[in-house]
Amino acid sequence: MSQKAVELILMRQLASYLAMPILLFDPAGNLLYYNEPAEAILGRRFDETGQIPLEEFYSLVKLTAEDGSPLPLEGRPLVIALQKHEAAHRTFRIQAFDGIVRRIAATAFPLEGQGARHLGAVVIFWEESRP
Amino acid sequence: MRVTLWGTRGSVAAPGPETVRYGGNTSCVEVRGADGTFLVLDAGTGIRRLGGRVGPEMRVDLLLSHLHMDHIQGLGFFRPLDEPGQEVHIWGPPSTTLDLRARLSRYLSPPLFPVRVRDLPCRLTLHDVPLERFVIGGLTVTAALVCHPGPTVGYRITDGSTSVAYLPDHEPALGARHFPGQPDWTSGFDLAAGADLLIHDAQYSDAEYPQRVGWGHSSITHTLRFAEATGVKRLATFHHDPGNDDRALDRLVDEARGAFDLPFQLIPGTEGLSFDLESR
Repeated sequence: MSQKAVELILMRQLASYLAMPILLFDPAGNLLYYNEPAEAILGRRFDETGQIPLEEFYSLVKLTAEDGSPLPLEGRPLVIALQKHEAAHRTFRIQAFDGIVRRIAATAFPLEGQGARHLGAVVIFWEESRP
Repeated sequence: MRVTLWGTRGSVAAPGPETVRYGGNTSCVEVRGADGTFLVLDAGTGIRRLGGRVGPEMRVDLLLSHLHMDHIQGLGFFRPLDEPGQEVHIWGPPSTTLDLRARLSRYLSPPLFPVRVRDLPCRLTLHDVPLERFVIGGLTVTAALVCHPGPTVGYRITDGSTSVAYLPDHEPALGARHFPGQPDWTSGFDLAAGADLLIHDAQYSDAEYPQRVGWGHSSITHTLRFAEATGVKRLATFHHDPGNDDRALDRLVDEARGAFDLPFQLIPGTEGLSFDLESR
C-alpha cells in the first residue's frame, strides 16, 4: 500500500482532533478515514471497519432524501465534490451500520493539492435534531 | 554515489569554537553519482565552501527542499551562479500561487540582496520541482511533499543500486496519536523506505519537543522511530538546533544509543562528513 499524500495525512490528523463528524475520501470515492464523532453517527468504530471501498460503502450505508425517496448519486455532496470539484451541501437521511435512520446535514468539499492534484474530498456532517 | 555534508545546522548559522565539530553552517549536502552527476541539496550557508569545488564546465543541479532562509541563505554566495555560461538548474517547490522564480526573487533582489535572479551571469534554469520521479544525469530523484510549515519536499536519490533520502525539515509525528503509525499514513515514509542512508531532522531533545510542536521539526526519539519504521540502513542526524553545542549534541546521540536497540547505524551528522554508498 503506497503512502498517502501529506495533505491527506494532515487532514486525517486534524480530523482526529476535531469534535465534528468528518469523513475523508480518496479521489475514487473510497472512504479512507472517519473520526470518533463520525463513529457515533455511522454506528461503528473506524478501527472495526478500516478503509471502505466505494461500492461497499454505498451498500452498507443507505442514503435517502428527506421524503424517503432514493437520493440520486448526482445530488450527493460527496459526488459533487469529487466529480465537479465544488463544495456542496444537503440535508438527507442516512441509515448506517447500526441500522438507525438519522437525519443529517452534510457539507462536502474537494481537496485540491498544488500541481492540480485531486486528492479526494472531505465530508463534514452533523445530525439534525428533527427526526 | 558519494554524499557529503557541507552544512548540518538548522534555523540559523551557529559558528564558534563550541560548534566546531558538528559545524555551524546551515543545510547543504552534496551528492555525486559514479558518472559524475552533481547534485546539491539545499543552499544553506554550507554551500559557499562547496561552490569553490565546482569546475566551470560542470552542470550543477541544486535541489531545494523549501525556501526557509536557512536553506537558501548561501545561494547568493554560490560561485557557479556568478560563472558566465555555467549551466545551473535550481529545483524547488512552488507555492500554491507563486512559481519558484517568483518565490526566490523575494530573496535575490534588493533590499535583501543586491543582485537579481535575472542578472546572474550563469545559464540558469529554474524548475518547479515535479512531485514525482525524474532523472538528472545518472541519478533518479523522487520528490514528495512532507510535513513542515509551507510547501516543503523531501528527496530520495538513487543510482539504481543505492539510495539516499534527504528530509532535513520534517515533523512526521505532528498530530499522530501513535507514532509511527501505519506506513501509508506516515509523512515521508515512501521516500525513506529501505534507504541506504537517511539524512533526517533531529533538531530537538525529547524534553524540548513538547514546547515546539508544530514548528516542523523532530525530536531525536521521533527520528529514531521513523528510521526504524522505514527500515533504513544508516541514519545521519541533521538540522541541529543552533542552541546546542557539540557537547549537547554528543549527549543527545549518546542517550539515544543507550536508550534504544537500534536496527540501523546511527551517525551524528557533522559538517564535512562523507558517505560512500557502494553499489551492490
